[in-house]
Amino acid sequence: MMREELQPSTARRTLSATARLLAALQLDGPLLVGLGLICCYALIVQYSASGQSLDTVARTLVRIGLGALAMMALAHTSTNFLRRIAPWVFAAGVLLLVVVDAIGYVGKGAQRWLDLGLVRFQPSEIMKLAVPMLAAAFLHERPLPPDWRALLVVAGIILLPAGLVAIQPDLGTALLIAGSGALLLLMAGLRVSIIVALVVAAAGAAVAGWQFLHDYQRQRVLTFVNPESDPLGSGYHIIQSQIAIGSGGLFGKGWMNGSQAQLEFLPERSTDFIFAVIGEEFGLIGLLVLLALYLFVVSRAVYLATQTSDTFSRLLGSTLALTFALYVFINAGMVSGLLPVVGVPLPLISYGGTSVVTLLAGFGILMGLYSRRKLVGS
Amino acid sequence: MAATVRIKDHWNEQRVFTARAFVAMATIGALAVLLALRLLWLQVVRHDYYVELSQGNRVRLDPIPASRGLILDRNGTVLVDNEPAYQLELIREQTPDLGDTLRRLAALGLLPAEEIDDARRTVLSRRSFDSVPIRLRLSDEEIGRFAVHRYEFPGVDLRTRQTRHYPFGNLGVHALGYVAAISEQDLERIDRASYAGTSLIGKLGVESAYEPQLHGHNGYREILVNAQGRSVERQGAYQPELRSAAPQAGADLVLAIDLPAQQAAEEALSGRRGAVVALDPANGDVIALVSHPGFDPALFGRGFTRAEYAQLTNDIDKPLLNRALRGAYPSGSTIKPIIALAGLHLRMVDPLRREFCNGAFHLPRSAHLYREGKGGRHGHVDLEDAIARSCDVYFYSLAATLGVNHISGFMGRFGFGAETGIDIGGEKPGILPSPEWKKKAFRRPQDQVWFPGETVNFGVGQGYLTVTPVQLAHATAMLAMRGRSFRPRLVTGVRDAVSGAVKALPAAPLPGIDDVDSTNWDRVIRGMEGATRYGTAAAIGKGAAYTLAGKTGTAQVFSIGQQERYNDAANAARQRNERLRDHSWFVAFAPVESPRIAICVLVENGGFGASGAAPIARRVMDAYLRAAQPAVAP
Repeated sequence: MMREELQPSTARRTLSATARLLAALQLDGPLLVGLGLICCYALIVQYSASGQSLDTVARTLVRIGLGALAMMALAHTSTNFLRRIAPWVFAAGVLLLVVVDAIGYVGKGAQRWLDLGLVRFQPSEIMKLAVPMLAAAFLHERPLPPDWRALLVVAGIILLPAGLVAIQPDLGTALLIAGSGALLLLMAGLRVSIIVALVVAAAGAAVAGWQFLHDYQRQRVLTFVNPESDPLGSGYHIIQSQIAIGSGGLFGKGWMNGSQAQLEFLPERSTDFIFAVIGEEFGLIGLLVLLALYLFVVSRAVYLATQTSDTFSRLLGSTLALTFALYVFINAGMVSGLLPVVGVPLPLISYGGTSVVTLLAGFGILMGLYSRRKLVGS
Repeated sequence: MAATVRIKDHWNEQRVFTARAFVAMATIGALAVLLALRLLWLQVVRHDYYVELSQGNRVRLDPIPASRGLILDRNGTVLVDNEPAYQLELIREQTPDLGDTLRRLAALGLLPAEEIDDARRTVLSRRSFDSVPIRLRLSDEEIGRFAVHRYEFPGVDLRTRQTRHYPFGNLGVHALGYVAAISEQDLERIDRASYAGTSLIGKLGVESAYEPQLHGHNGYREILVNAQGRSVERQGAYQPELRSAAPQAGADLVLAIDLPAQQAAEEALSGRRGAVVALDPANGDVIALVSHPGFDPALFGRGFTRAEYAQLTNDIDKPLLNRALRGAYPSGSTIKPIIALAGLHLRMVDPLRREFCNGAFHLPRSAHLYREGKGGRHGHVDLEDAIARSCDVYFYSLAATLGVNHISGFMGRFGFGAETGIDIGGEKPGILPSPEWKKKAFRRPQDQVWFPGETVNFGVGQGYLTVTPVQLAHATAMLAMRGRSFRPRLVTGVRDAVSGAVKALPAAPLPGIDDVDSTNWDRVIRGMEGATRYGTAAAIGKGAAYTLAGKTGTAQVFSIGQQERYNDAANAARQRNERLRDHSWFVAFAPVESPRIAICVLVENGGFGASGAAPIARRVMDAYLRAAQPAVAP
């Protein structure tokens, strides 16, 4: 009898111990659980998609570890400090982008990486964090919705790095950077009339921009409209990924048993097209489970952002959360044939690159902003 | 310039932000639903379609060729079967140094040195894991030599392939046909899928006409392949189940050909150019079908060198020409029995009236002389004598009496001027002249007129008339059967390759001649009998163990001038040039009472029918009637 009465209180103490630990680390429990589940899913799928390579899984584990460290460090960083270093981070990022572009120009080819000897590093990844940080910091002091002058400054903050990335050329990342800036402006309360005006202007720019696209970029758009027009060329990716997803059916062909993925009919199977591997091997159920996890993470992240009490925190936090959702939709839409093929990885699931680290770092920032919500503000 | 100074309204900002957050979450929810619907479409609605595409990606069908049906003679002797041929194949990715490997193979004499470059190009044009044939048809000795050195050639191996084998070599090649590489034209008429894995197809003769029966149905084996097309064992972590289907062998064909008769005909014709067609008058079965010279059918299956092909096509003896079906020659006197029958049937000749032959005939009011072909004179001859002794003057006169339309019409009922419809096809119809035919055949009006003199020549089988050996054999069979007619056929039965059950094909009766009195048939046949007893072919009737009826024929290659005599010195000189000599014909059937064989022999430039062609017919009939056995038991 005594024991039975003791047990609940012990449990309560354990729970509160976890809560105390999370609080000390300034992390959010539910968000952490969601991200952890997605990372576990990633490891399982990557083992299959890489052709049963434990090496790939190990390297992903290292990246997740690095990302977790960055997350904890940034969660501990004070909001004011983040706001003050934003211009410097942005300036450093722009400088690195210029260097990368210069190397690419000399080497006459696409250049996205900076080889630091031990690590290869993608400066455009920094900009995914630096652009919303600087824009949020800039708008923090100003009344919202932003006036025309503020809008112009923010546009500059967005378009300078986006342009530098676009000429690498890496259209996908450039669009994502521009997209995160646009989301920030939307969350800043940009007037509906201006939104409509910008959409019209963007449509005009798209028509004009067509002239400046590289041939392979145009081809991607054309192929998206009619993939069967070029089944062995640019249409191949889309056709094969739809075959993979469609043939997976409701329950999938089973782990490590997807013929499209395992027999290499699916290109970029462990990177950009890993969504199709999940669709083929785990079926509609597997994809819906993944989408549910993403939806949970995004909802929780947006909720955390709404709970912060200052402009900087709210804008930065919500932009990071919504950009994450944008990545998911662009990748899933591209692989399932809803959107043209742009080189955007599936966040946290695709193998390789610096994106796992930056994404987890972004969530670290968000958790830090949330944990200090009552300490900062007017 | 007092601008309105805006200050931060925290409460309002918070409110707008929360509203925007709601809109954002609602948008995300809508996009998630859109995505889920798209996935539902792909994975549930269109699932079957994509499963098929995915299956098509990962599985390649590896065809298993069906074994081609055998060809047997009427006694069950195998005339055509299959044998394995060995070829050398090379897999590039398993070969350490391609150039060096090919050079060492050439050094061993397994690859002609001049083909090294070709072989190298062929190998490089294929995928690195493909097994590429670099040398076809190795001899036993070469197989042995390679076996000893095999360990020195990683990636090179012997492969077997079924090819056609002809145990009797050239025998009956124009009847049997041959197989050769599938051509573009062939691809248009065959079902490509059922020929996947088969490289040879029947050409000419039985091999071509009965291609569907002989070919059978190829089987297949599913092979798992990756995106590069390489065959792989496993799909990720699993070994999938793959289907296969066994090939169904082609059916064997039972021919009417009697091997001893066919061999006798081939041997008798050896060293000459000509054709033999022997039919069973009672059903149209082809007992023997020879066109000489022939060629080696195996050459086509193996593939020619350019020189070999040029030699065959440029040969002055035209070995590729099927003289039996496609050789159209003037008939000479072989048609006299039919002209006689026409006269009897139309009651335009009195068979018992003896006409006087003085060696030449001329039409009323014409000075043109139509000479007795062999020269000389026959004196008084009646109809039977005229057939037996082949009196030209009698038939000049008869033809003039009958007129061209009656002759042409009656001969048409014996199948002249049209294909006999023999089951292997490829016949020429020859020419059955008539005034209408002349109008169509000539363009100049003065050439379109039919002259009475042409009718006179027609009566002895000279002039425009051309016939093929198979037509004459068929007409002779009709004479033997007193008008009954059957479509000539080589294939009499189809034997299932597995059960061995023979399905006999019924004989195909043709509309024959049933309105001619039997006394008229009797008279004509007696005349033909006379030919082999006391007439032109008396020599070959001697010592025969059976009764026979026949008719000789001599077709002029060059017409003889009016003032010349056949035995003149100028002709003698022409006779010395072998290729300008007359063509020699003989048609016969035996036994007369119940005919079992009707035969037509043609010897190009064989001289007189009696000396050139008739002895050959006798040898074939002897071989068939003595060797006569019941047809192959089911």
